[in-house]
Amino acid sequence: MSVPAELKYTESHEWVRLEADGSVTVGITQHAQELLGDMVFVQLPDVGRTLAQREDCAVVESVKAASDIYAPVGGEVIAANTDVESSPEKINEDCYAAWLFRLKPASADEIGGLLDAGGYQKLLDSEAH
Amino acid sequence: MLKTTPLNAAHRAMNAKMVDFGGWDMPLHYGSQLDEHHIVRRDAGMFDVSHMLAVDMRGENVRQFLRGLVANNVDKLTVPGKALYTCMLNPAGGIIDDLIIYFLSESWFRLVVNAGTADKDIDWITSQAHQLAPDLTITPRRDLAMIAVQGPNARAKVWAVIPGSQVVTENLKPFQSVELGDYFIARTGYTGEDGFEITLPAGQAADFWQKLHAAGVAPAGLGARDTLRLEAGMNLYGQDMSETVGPLESGLAWTVDLKSERDFIGKQALQAQPVSQQLAGLVLLDKGVLRSHQKVIARQGEGEITSGGFSPTMNQSIALARIPVGVAAGDQVHVVVRDKQLAAKVVKYPFVRNGQVLV
Repeated sequence: MSVPAELKYTESHEWVRLEADGSVTVGITQHAQELLGDMVFVQLPDVGRTLAQREDCAVVESVKAASDIYAPVGGEVIAANTDVESSPEKINEDCYAAWLFRLKPASADEIGGLLDAGGYQKLLDSEAH
Repeated sequence: MLKTTPLNAAHRAMNAKMVDFGGWDMPLHYGSQLDEHHIVRRDAGMFDVSHMLAVDMRGENVRQFLRGLVANNVDKLTVPGKALYTCMLNPAGGIIDDLIIYFLSESWFRLVVNAGTADKDIDWITSQAHQLAPDLTITPRRDLAMIAVQGPNARAKVWAVIPGSQVVTENLKPFQSVELGDYFIARTGYTGEDGFEITLPAGQAADFWQKLHAAGVAPAGLGARDTLRLEAGMNLYGQDMSETVGPLESGLAWTVDLKSERDFIGKQALQAQPVSQQLAGLVLLDKGVLRSHQKVIARQGEGEITSGGFSPTMNQSIALARIPVGVAAGDQVHVVVRDKQLAAKVVKYPFVRNGQVLV
């Protein structure tokens, strides 16, 4: 299972990339993508919306099920990837390239609380058993 | 401990994603549910349906017994090999199961029932037979496997695999079957495409599966089976119908024979109950995906989606929904999806047959 070392993670299977400008990019992990199967619908938060940490703010739906996406950290939505809204299958093709939205974090503290790759791998190992 | 079919190892060897399906360890997909769906619409796919149960009923009075047991009329079965789709009702008119009955001879009929209801069905049939036809023998055939080969090229690919099968099956009409050695071949299915459902000894199933694969038949899982049957407008027991809902509210009036004098279990209840709801098709006009149990709001009242999902053939979301009888094809209704009301059009299903979109 692919868990890139440079990313941060949540227990609800979002990945988070810290950008040079202080913003964060959010997507769903390989584990989540594989569990859900072929994606057919994505709904993203509006740009400008302010999210609290763990607020459900997006939905990805596969042929199998709908899954809520939670904000990994609180902040303002500064971009949404309309590409995946029109082509949800891009998440299946490369879930780390097919990002969902970008946030300008309200505080740095919440970023520190995210899982690193090792911690996320441990979570996956424990869920598998 | 999950139950397994004779093809369990074959699924794992093909990298199937396995899931617990009503206590059975079954393949959900072999990589992509969407690809498997399209292969069945365009070429040929195969499904392991060995979790379903064939039940042989033998005895002199088997036809008479079945006349009273099921809602459709087995007297429609006049030619050996002919099959009939029917509901088996409880006295209140609710559906115990939906099944196919094959007429093999006057002393031998075969029922094929759903996996999740098989034990309940056997109990019910046995208790009815005990009272009404104690000389019948009722034999569940767990020694058999069933493989559905479906798609426009399915029959030709089966012919290439089973020697001598073409000559005995090419003139079969839909819902007809024939025995060929160890194989029982029926022109039936659950996808809306042409094809066969083939019953054979469990010990031969893995070898036959591999031969079909070598002949260019792609394995397809329960995921694709569900989107295909939904597009084909075919009911799924436990979702679109149940013991608390009758056939007349489930789009199955065509399978219920109320015209003949014949009495059957549930008949009185069906004749006494007013029908206030119908099963209808929905096509989502807004973006999103319809799912079972979502609320439907129509001018005439409320209803509920019984089966919903994404139609790969139509590239939009469709559903079967139980809604008030006054709602007509062409009407617009709303479906509550999370915090929104999405617009949907009521249509007459099936949505897709033989590769063609019909709505």
